[in-house]
Amino acid sequence: MEPATRLDHNHKLSLREFPYIIRWRDDRCKRCGSCTAVCPVKAIEPTVKVQRIIQSEGPVPTPTAVRRIVHVIEQVTDMERYCTGCGACTLVCPNEAIEPEYNPQNKFLHFKNRGGEGYKRGGRKNDPSISTLDRLKFTRISMLTDPALDAGRHEFRVRTLLGRILPPDELPLRKVNGKLVVDKEIDKFIPPVREIFPIMIGSMSVGALSPPMWEGLAMGVAYLNEVEGLPVVMCTGEGGVPPRLLKSRFLKYITIQIASGYFGWDEIIHAIPHMVEDPAAIEIKYGQGAKPGDGGLLMAQKVLKLIASIRGVPQFVDLASPPTHQTEYSIEEAVAKMIQSMSMAWGFRVPVYPKISGTKTARAVLNNLARNPYAAALSIDGEDGGTGAAYNVSLDKMGHPIASNIRECYLDLVKQGKQNELPLIAAGGIAKKGNLAANAAALIMLGASAVSVGKYMLQATANCFGDEYNRCNLCNTGKCPRGITTQDPKLYRRLDSDKVAERVVEVFKAADVELKKIFAPMGRSTELPIGMSDGLSVDDKAIAERLEISYAC
Amino acid sequence: MCRLAAITSNEYFSPMENILALETMKEGHDGSGLGLTLKDLGGEFKEFKKYPILSGICSKKGSKTLNDFMDKAGFKLKDIWAPKIKHVKGITPRDHYFARVYDYPTSYKHKPMSEKEDLLMNIRVVLRKIGEPDESIFVFSFYPDVLTLKEVGDPLQLGEFFGLDRDNIKAKIILAQGRQNTNYTIYLYACHPFFIQGYCSMTNGENTAFVPIREFLMSRGFPGYVGYNSDSEVFTHILHYTVRQLAFPLTYYKDVITPLKASEIQTRDDRDALRLIKQSLRPLCIDGPNVIIGFVPDGTCFMVHDSKKLRPGVVGGVKGKYALMSEECGLDRAIPERNKSEDIFPMKYDMVMVKPHAEEVKVWNQLQG
Repeated sequence: MEPATRLDHNHKLSLREFPYIIRWRDDRCKRCGSCTAVCPVKAIEPTVKVQRIIQSEGPVPTPTAVRRIVHVIEQVTDMERYCTGCGACTLVCPNEAIEPEYNPQNKFLHFKNRGGEGYKRGGRKNDPSISTLDRLKFTRISMLTDPALDAGRHEFRVRTLLGRILPPDELPLRKVNGKLVVDKEIDKFIPPVREIFPIMIGSMSVGALSPPMWEGLAMGVAYLNEVEGLPVVMCTGEGGVPPRLLKSRFLKYITIQIASGYFGWDEIIHAIPHMVEDPAAIEIKYGQGAKPGDGGLLMAQKVLKLIASIRGVPQFVDLASPPTHQTEYSIEEAVAKMIQSMSMAWGFRVPVYPKISGTKTARAVLNNLARNPYAAALSIDGEDGGTGAAYNVSLDKMGHPIASNIRECYLDLVKQGKQNELPLIAAGGIAKKGNLAANAAALIMLGASAVSVGKYMLQATANCFGDEYNRCNLCNTGKCPRGITTQDPKLYRRLDSDKVAERVVEVFKAADVELKKIFAPMGRSTELPIGMSDGLSVDDKAIAERLEISYAC
Repeated sequence: MCRLAAITSNEYFSPMENILALETMKEGHDGSGLGLTLKDLGGEFKEFKKYPILSGICSKKGSKTLNDFMDKAGFKLKDIWAPKIKHVKGITPRDHYFARVYDYPTSYKHKPMSEKEDLLMNIRVVLRKIGEPDESIFVFSFYPDVLTLKEVGDPLQLGEFFGLDRDNIKAKIILAQGRQNTNYTIYLYACHPFFIQGYCSMTNGENTAFVPIREFLMSRGFPGYVGYNSDSEVFTHILHYTVRQLAFPLTYYKDVITPLKASEIQTRDDRDALRLIKQSLRPLCIDGPNVIIGFVPDGTCFMVHDSKKLRPGVVGGVKGKYALMSEECGLDRAIPERNKSEDIFPMKYDMVMVKPHAEEVKVWNQLQG
């Protein structure tokens, strides 16, 4: 006969299967309940236990067994409520009584497919190893034969160009009295070009990000431009633009993204006649490094009134962007048409460029764009890029690393002599370990004209818990404990947009200084050292060979 | 860091004047090479003004290859000049140093100069390719009224070695560089001045932006943009690309290699053009530290610096004879009779140009255009 209760607990998972194990200290805990209240996934709960204690009172030992009911904090062993390791509990605990600990032996992925549904999450690829970008060193140091420049004294121009650049032999110029003038009689299209700071804030949408987070980024960018004189631009991601911003003069610091869902574009197009400034650029998203070939999804619970109005949709419906644009038939036609249509919408005054996932086929895309005089750039998002929501398998296993992808594209352009005509924008895993300026400089020397950062911005400016040990990564659930990727007012009230803006400014000012600290000893100051590959080395011969840089050990 | 001595005059003078100027700057070169480029030649070359002169060095084997190749290409030898070599301790003579005057192939005699220039350059590039693997042939220039001499050694000793003190070889413009080898191996093709289709320059200092500039030039699809055994060769090719290929006035060379910042461009009349040029030629921007001295086909000589002026340079002289030197002591040696107070020390925005026949010196300021 079966027992009424299965005493062997064989149907349960043990805590050892879980990625994070809660270390709770009975002696420190004052049972305030803050940790259980704050836990975004309810991985811990207060419970009562009966304890049998042997105790002795009085001068003569008289051990007696006492049964006592005690209050404890317990981690649940339900895979749907696994501890994400975010550490919000530690943050609120007044007595340092609780802390999640990473469990390297976990078998999390073995079980995180209940209901036949693959594991979905936010964040970036869970690979904590040192990336190629972090292995690159700057080894061409100017010494004696060519004195190093002084990062503090010499004038530096850490700027790049965003937009299609005409080849010199096609410039519509003529000589008048020994001077060159632009010949207006030659009917030559001069594409729009922006001079910007070479690090951009990558595409993160209003909707994926909470209002204070997005607002903080935008305020920081405006301050950097207007007060600090650093022409930083940020990309909206797919999700429209707040209506007031569309009609404000700050729009010029914003790159507007159009993706396969076209969310918010009805509102944007209708606002064009009321715009007082052109946007910095238009990014057409064809792919994302974090989830190549996969569409976007904003879950119904994040589609509140504000988001619904910005995106032009009803409230509380799942907003799925298809994996590809509905009109995408071929790069020759559909992509070219898309680029031209977007250019035309702003009277050919705004650079329009596509963004693709890092892929072995990037060069094919590149070569096509190189022949399209309206393509303003190509943005390539490598496998280490972040996202608000994706299948874990896409995040961890799909995509191409950015370093070799950018390098081969750049060298391809060099072969065609078009390395200065079509700027390459590199993204995906920049500053994964916090080395923002170094990673950006390395990519520039491999051939990128600019870089885009997203995930790092959340970490550096809003203390995002996420890391490559799958810590937190709850962005997709709308339960972000930091209030970054949520539309729940109870959560996003935790985030102060002013503080985010302040950090944005600090991050870019520091990156500007650090870029100079890298370029100055290499004797570069006037122009960005795009493609200055002789400045780079790596301690791995295979990487050196692949990137066509030197090996140093 | 190399030392540079250029002299331009309305009368013929000997290259020894440049070499003696280099001698005064001796602490700045280490015998890793001397290069001399002579333009507007006197002496026995006076009668061959229209005929291209092939300057170079070859071995006995290379000499035969060279003769056969030039015959096949249809060039007729008109004259050969060779320096009267005097053995000097420390300098190992090579088999043949030569300057050969040729007549154009019949089919090219009536072609425009630009086509002739392309032919001459292509011949030079092919000869270089043939002779480079076994070092049997080195060719430095192939152009009318221009002669180049290069060898490894101390400039003064090389002057003696080449017999320049005894020879009556003379010219009206002479560029000389005493080389201090730094980055790359000591090699004849790394020796300045560099020459291409009437454009010539020499430089001191390093070129930290060398690799992207080289990649940009090599991808222009122009067969003459090869070599680059020295990072300074790109300065000559940028000059050629800017002035000959793009047909920009010479002053735009300065705007290409050291572009103004956006706010400064705003002050120029030609700002619209300048903005486009800055964008389109972004990869040709240099970062120094350099001083560049050169000449263009019409005989204008110039001096220009990197945008921070990290290297010295001085121009001075008298009407009819000016010298452009990397150090003032060289100028004192070359033209002691000048009024020193009129010496020009170009600053970061300046481009000094000496008109043909050393008629006049002009300082062009980039800010004012």
